[in-house]
This record gives sequence, C-alpha cells and structure tokens, in this order.
Amino acid sequence: MALAFDEYGRPFIILKEQEQKSRLRGLDAQKANISAGRAVARILRTSLGPKGMDKMLQSPDGDVIITNDGATILEQMDVDNQIGKLMVELSRSQDYEIGDGTTGVVVMAGALLEQAEKLLERGIHPIRVAEGYEMASRIAVDHLERISHKFDFSDADIEPLVQTCMTTLSSKMVTRCKRTLAEIAVKAVLAVADLERKDVNLDLIKVEGKVGGKLEDTELVYGIVVDKDMSHPQMPKRIEDAKIAILTCPFEPPKPKTKHKVDIDTVEKFQTLRQQEQKYFDDMVQQCKDAGATLVICQWGFDDEANHLLMHRNLPAVRWVGGVELELIAIATGGRIVPRFQELTPEKLGRAGLVREKSFGTTKDRMLYIEQCANSRAVTIFIRGGNKMMIEETKRSIHDALCVARNLIRNNSIVYGGGSAEISCSIAIEAAADRHPGVEQYAIRAFADALDSIPLALSENSGLQPIDTLAEVKSQQIKENNPYYGIDCNDVGTNNMQEQNVFETLIGKQQQIMLATQVVKMILKIDDVITPADY
Amino acid sequence: MAVERLFKDEATEEKGERARMASYVGAMAIADLVKTTLGPKGMDKILQSTGRGHNVTVTNDGATILKSLHIDNPAAKVLVDISKVQDDEVGDGTTSVVVLAGELLREAEKLTMAKIHPMTIIAGFRMAAECAQKALLQKAMDNKQDPEKFKSDLMKIAMTTLSSKILSQDKEYFAQLAVDAVMRLKGSTNLESIQIIKKAGGSLRDSFLDEGFILDKKIGIGQPKRIENAKILVANTAMDTDKVKIYGARVRVDSMARVAQIEGAEKEKMKEKVQKIIAHGINCFVNRQLIYNYPEELFADAGILAIEHADFDGIERLALVTGGDIASTFDNPESVKLGHCKLIEEIMIGEDRLIHFSGVEMGQACTIVLRGASSHMLDEAERSLHDALCVLSQTVNDSRVLLGGGWPEMVMAKEVDELARRTPGKRSHAIEAFSRALQSIPTIIADNAGLDSAELISQLRAEHHKERTNAGIDVISGGVGDMEKLGISESFKVKQAVLLSATEAAEMILRVDEIITCAPRRREDRM
Repeated sequence: MALAFDEYGRPFIILKEQEQKSRLRGLDAQKANISAGRAVARILRTSLGPKGMDKMLQSPDGDVIITNDGATILEQMDVDNQIGKLMVELSRSQDYEIGDGTTGVVVMAGALLEQAEKLLERGIHPIRVAEGYEMASRIAVDHLERISHKFDFSDADIEPLVQTCMTTLSSKMVTRCKRTLAEIAVKAVLAVADLERKDVNLDLIKVEGKVGGKLEDTELVYGIVVDKDMSHPQMPKRIEDAKIAILTCPFEPPKPKTKHKVDIDTVEKFQTLRQQEQKYFDDMVQQCKDAGATLVICQWGFDDEANHLLMHRNLPAVRWVGGVELELIAIATGGRIVPRFQELTPEKLGRAGLVREKSFGTTKDRMLYIEQCANSRAVTIFIRGGNKMMIEETKRSIHDALCVARNLIRNNSIVYGGGSAEISCSIAIEAAADRHPGVEQYAIRAFADALDSIPLALSENSGLQPIDTLAEVKSQQIKENNPYYGIDCNDVGTNNMQEQNVFETLIGKQQQIMLATQVVKMILKIDDVITPADY
Repeated sequence: MAVERLFKDEATEEKGERARMASYVGAMAIADLVKTTLGPKGMDKILQSTGRGHNVTVTNDGATILKSLHIDNPAAKVLVDISKVQDDEVGDGTTSVVVLAGELLREAEKLTMAKIHPMTIIAGFRMAAECAQKALLQKAMDNKQDPEKFKSDLMKIAMTTLSSKILSQDKEYFAQLAVDAVMRLKGSTNLESIQIIKKAGGSLRDSFLDEGFILDKKIGIGQPKRIENAKILVANTAMDTDKVKIYGARVRVDSMARVAQIEGAEKEKMKEKVQKIIAHGINCFVNRQLIYNYPEELFADAGILAIEHADFDGIERLALVTGGDIASTFDNPESVKLGHCKLIEEIMIGEDRLIHFSGVEMGQACTIVLRGASSHMLDEAERSLHDALCVLSQTVNDSRVLLGGGWPEMVMAKEVDELARRTPGKRSHAIEAFSRALQSIPTIIADNAGLDSAELISQLRAEHHKERTNAGIDVISGGVGDMEKLGISESFKVKQAVLLSATEAAEMILRVDEIITCAPRRREDRM
C-alpha cells in the first residue's frame, strides 16, 4: 500500500479510506487482469465452432437458459471481476455492431492476453506489447482485405446468402433445420432491405415466438403477427381488405390533465352528465366509422360499454397493443398513428389485405396475423418450438443469421471461415514481424501465435488433434499459397473452405480483430487496480 | 494463477464432466420419479402443496406431478418444461415424453463413459429419431374416409388413454362420453365449448354428458323456475349503481333533500335501464356482474329470470352456446342478437341446484357433469378426461392412428436397430442406444404391471421380427397380445410429439458442458 510520510513520520492519507481498499500495482496488477480475462475466454472457448458445446445458465430467478451464443452467455453470467466485465462489454459491442462472432472475439482477446503475459515475463514493457499488437492488427486487417472476395447475389439468386447464414446457424442448437431458418432469415432481410442504399433496418423484422409445435413449423409472415386477440370474443376472426385505424387514445371518457372538478348537485346535472358520457362513447365509435375504418387497433384498453358498442357497430378492435408493435403495424400498413379521435381521417388509415386470428394448441392462445399489408416492408418471423428455452435460443440464432445477412448486404466482401482467415493472417503477420526492427517484433509475433488459437480451439472442439491439424493446414496454405484452407470441423473430407462454402463477412472478421486488440491494449495499460474492500 | 473471484458471491460454476454428470443425474431423477406412473397399471402420486392448507392432490398425470415440484436442478427443469409443452400441445403423453428423454440420457451417460463425444451421440440420436419417425409414418393407419371405422378408432384411443387413469374402471363409459363430446365439436380443437362441472357425491358412473349448457348458479328468488322458449340476453354491465365514468365528477350537495333527490334519480336511472333491458322482449337475463336487489326485484316483477355473477368463462360460453351477443348497452334492442334456447330449468345434481339450458341453437357445446366420491377423485377425473378430450380433438384433425401397448416403440426400435447396422462409425453406438431407450418404454409398462419384463420384451422382439405384426404387451393377461384385436390404439400425433420433443430435450442437455448458476436473487424480508 502506498504510504507517504511527512517530516515527522506521520502518514499522509492519499486515498480516501485507504486502509479499506485493496490495491494491486505494477506487474501484479497486469498479471491479475490478464488471468481474469483469460478465465472468461476459457469459459467460451468450448463454445466456438460448429461442434461447440452449450452452456447451461441458471438466472437469479431460477430460469434456465441453454445457449452457445457468446454474448448471451456473458451477459447472463453475473461476472463480478472488473476485467471480466470488460470482456463482457467486448462481446456485447461485437453483438451490437456485427451481431455475430461474439464468441470468437472473446476467445481472440483471451489468446492475446495469454501471449502478452509471456512477453511481460520476459520483461518487455506493456506499452511496447500494446503497440506491437496495434501494428499487427493493422497488418491483419489489411491482409484480410486482400484475401477477401466480392460476393455476388441478387434478389433472384439468394443461394449464396443462404449458404452464409447456414454457416452461422450450423454452430447453434438449431442446426437440424438450418436450411429452413437460413432461408427465412435471408428472405426476411431482403424483404426489408434497401438494396440501393445498401441499408437494412432490422427493426422492421419482428421475431415472435410461441411455445408449441415443431421447429420446422417456423414461418416467415409477410406482415405482422401480434400476440393479441380481438377485444370481444364474438368479433369476426377474419377481415379482408381491412382499413385499420391505429389509435393511441383509450376508448374511455377523456381525462383532462388539468385539475378540475365536476360537481353534481342537482338531479338535472346528474342526468346530463350521464347523457354526455354515453355520447362520448357513441362519438368515438362514430368517428372511427366515419373515417371508414374496418378494424381498430388501440394502444389502450376499452371500457366495457365501448367494447360492446364496437362489437355492436360491427367494428372489430384489438386492445392493449404495445407501442413498438403499434409502430410496426403503422409502418407495414402505411397508416398513421392517431392520438385523438378527432384527427382520424380516411387518409390516416392503414391498409392490409387480410387480418385473421389464429389459434394454437389446446390452450386458448390466439394471435393476430396482419398480412398483405399496403407496404410490405415489415415482416415477422414466427418461431415455434418445443419449449421456451428452444424458442429463446432460436430467436438468438435467427438474430445472428439476420445480422450476417444484413452485413453482407451492406458490404458484400467475405472471407472464408473455419479458421482459414486467421491462419492466413497469422502467416502474413509472422512474415511481417521479421522485417520489423525493435522490441515490437516480439509482440507482433505473439499476435500471430494468438491468431492460431482460434483454429486450435475449433479443431479441439471438433475432436481433432489440434496441433497436428493446425500444422498441417498451415503448411498447406503456405505450400499452395491458398488462403482458403481451414479446419474441417464437420468431417466433410476437404479442408478447402471455398469448396465447403463456409464464409464469414469481412467486416465481421475485421471488427473482431480490432475490437479484441483494443480491449487487450486497454487491459495491458492498467497498472493499478484499486477496489473497495468487501464489507 | 487462478482468479479468485470471477463471479459474484454464491454464483457457482460447474464444468465439463461434472456439469454433464449433474445434468444426467437431475434428468434421470425426474424420469425415475414419474416412471412408475406409466402405463395402465401405473401407480399414483400424492402431492402435498406447501401453500396454505397443505392441499393434497392424487394424480398420475405426468404434467401435473412435474408442475407441482420445486426443482433446483437446471437439467430437470428442461424435462419439466417439455412435459408442460406436451400437455399444452397434445394433452397426453406427458409422462412418456419425460421417461423417454430420461432413458435417452441414461443411454447417453453410458456412451460418454465409453469416451464417445457428446456431439457424436447427438448426431446418432438425430439420425435415429428421423428414422423412427419415418417408421411411424409408414405404419400409421388413416381411417378418415370411413366414418364408422374412424369412430371406433376414436373410441379405442379414448379407452387406451383412459385405461391408465383413475377412470379405468368405467373407461368404456367415459370413452363414449369423451368421443360424443368431441364429435360435437365437428373438427374444431376449441375445447372451451366443452364444459366440465364437478359435483361431489354419487359415483363416477353417475357422470353424464349433457347436450345443453349448465350454469352453476341459482335462480333469483321469486323468479320463474322454468322457462320454455327462452329468449336470453347475455350482458356484461353494472347492475348496481351505474358509476359516472367522467373523470373528476363528484357529488356535492348541501341538504338532505338533495341527497334524496339524487338517490331518486339514481333509482330512476336504474329503473330506466331495466326497462330498456326488458324492452328487448326477453325472458331471461344473464349478467356477468352483480345485480343489486332493486333491479332484481324489477326483473322478478316483469317475470324475467335474472342470473347474476356468471363468471367470465360462463358468459362467453353461454353467448357461444345460445348464439347471442354479449351486450353492454341497451339503447337499440333491434340490433342486439338475443340468445335462444328451448328450455331453461333448475335442476338438482346431488344437493346443488343448477340452471340448465337445453335445446340450444349451437350444437357444438355440451357439458360434462362429473360425479365422484371426493374432490380429489373429481380433480383427477377431470384431468383424465381432459387428456382424453385433448387427444381426441387432435386425432379428429390428424386422423392417423397407431396401435398401442408398446407396439409403436417396438416398431421404431426395430427400424432404428437396422439403421445402426447400416451406419458406419461411432454414431452407430448412439443409434443402437436410441433403440434401447425406445424399448425401455414397454419394459417399464410391463414392470409397472408387475410382469416379467425381460421375458416379455424378448418375446415381443421376436414377434416384431416377423413381417406385419400387431404384437404388444397385454397388461391384463400378462402376455404378448394382438393389439388390434384388443382394441388398443394411440394417436399418431401424440407419439410423434413424444418422440420429437424427447429427442430434442435429450440433445439440449447433452450439448451442455458447463453450468453457471447465478446467485439467487435476494428477497426482501417482508416478515
């Protein structure tokens, strides 16, 4: 503990409540941090690749999650260590930015830390290590750019996209029907994609799950599926050519925000008030009718009387529809969200070719399908599955597949997977290292070794001899000067990833390397850890 | 250097072999728990709730047992979950699915002991499940075209389902009941229109199917007890004092006289409302909400039967049955659709008086009145009947039928065994294991019946080696019997769901190599 003394030998207090804080400094701090980071990476290491294992996580409330999605594992893991938290952040930012490769990025960071530890032991200054890593990562990113391929697809030919999504899905629990799911994901993305601007708004894709049925029953609905039913059991279950009024005001008497009192002191007043009230309901329904609506979707609840009136006037209605869903419906049907009955006009109504209610299973679950919308840009992926866990996992997998498809539309460069890109980068960096003067050379070489850890983990998880396999693939790459050799995880028989059709997106891979390097640099630069002691 | 604290306090982490062991053990424990309830001679369980009153439930319904358990093991939770889903989706086979998943894991455990990688096991299981499903598809019979045969199929399925339940004594009777009820639905799976009323007293045999609708309510005093050609208005409206819904309204008076006036106005208002209702030309009024004494009196005066406080389900069902609207405003009587029925009368079941609506417009709905010695008995009977109804309604939609008594398992096991012989590589071990797990279902059925399972299963296997056999376990005579002759059938859909969800669950648990348990959320002490 750092203590300073004044000229009389009395200690200065530098940190507040210094004695209650534990503190690590210098090399010790770095080593502790590194080992924490590695511990996190070690947990995820076995989940990497198509044969990766799952983790079972039990949340504080006792719910069970089974997943092999890196970001989800880390988020649910309840990590307390500061550096552990950094790693969690790392995978989260990869998730936000790219949506896939969340496991890979953490394993990569772990490997970099492991290599850094060795260098530190040799007495190389952490900053030099960090700088060396930075240089190496730049080389890697450039190299990736060089070995990347342009990847052609069009609206008509979605096959290449489907293949890519299948690669992503093959490492998840849903591999059984990866073909179907990949097709769904690609179709969904293409439906909402703006190919001109190369932009995809994933918000327009709604992923909805319902327990029951089989995974094969998962479907893509060109429209919106809302987990709600008609407000009155006797309303029609099927509406064709619906004109939809999308309301955010309740079917209830208005509640003015200004404080007021209505005093009733005579019988007449009592009666007029009553009539007024009835008129309110009548007017509301009338206004909807006048605008020509044949379906009302409302964010709020209905009063019983209003409900009956709606039923009575043959105006089907749906209540308690959430804000996000309401927006989606508005986008899909081309309608406007109307906050007041008075502002309801025919132009503001949304249009949909078919609205129907569908019931499931033996329980009385019903869902509302809004299909053939005027503006079919919003789609819904409706997942069915054996149980809640399965559905959650499928949701996560679909999300990853969607992200991959989106990234390809944004930037259609790809690199080949199966560790081939990492091996190729590793070779390139190794070669570059020798030309580099100065201590950084060691760090650059260490970076190359760290890159090898990804194919190592892949082959380990696939039950292959890791070192043998890696050495073989590496020599093959150099001999034939072909960066497409990777680890044959699925035992297909060839390790040319181009033939196996295993791709990853270029930006995804680049992002992985850059993010991992940044975090490792940050961790290396920490030389002092001050934590408040436990109470 | 080990990191001391990566996780929060109390969070635990189990890795690799240990994690796998923990989930195997948990899952198998759950499977063993419900194992003894499988089959026609399965035993029941007593469940005592921890809640107030320590209610006791006696059941052999897998889903019910598992639902009431407090489980800490995450793998066990997966199994509980699949049985719940099975219950929701097809209604029956809740025990089988858990037992099959448990057996699959038991086999998988042996394989992992023999150093076979879980991924290889999963690959084998998947191939086996696919092959088994194909075998089932080939053997399934479809009698949709022939209504007579189809009905007898339904009858057999109902009897098979019920034979493992408390109703097995009178299974023929109840099977008929269930088939009749489901046939009335005409293909819809909406079981809501079948109402089950439980009344203690009498014996199970006294249960009956009523073609009308029975509402568990009393008729108001002084009102007619019997109405022919009833016109019914079903409503959901406040019949106490109509509150003013406009926000901020309040009554402010300065003298007693005024209070009286307003009260008078209120009364007047009520009267007006009642008049409006009467103006619909009805002779029966059913409201979801309370009816105060004053309006009730008015109704009685008009000779109208008023029923208050019918619960929400009751109201919806009544509206469905009688074909009326649920009304909340009464200003335009011409546009409100009234419900009709031939006869409303008060009937007595046991000691309770109920209102019986017969001759209703919609033929779909019906009521099953269950009678039985005790409430536990009735609860269990209801669950059993619910299972049977679910299975039947599913079968009506998907009319493929299989034989029962372990026949489908043996058929699948045979096909899967053959697949194993054809498959090169380590996967064949897993496929073989799958077949063993399938065979364990008839084994358990035989064991539960106190039969010599080893002997029986080997006989059964020999039988199944011949082409086209109908052999299964005949629990009653204790030997191998012809299932077609014995009339034991099962729904294809149930069997398929059992197979698929059990494999899915086993796969899910097998893939896990690490369990991380978060620290339990601290609850505020509210003592």
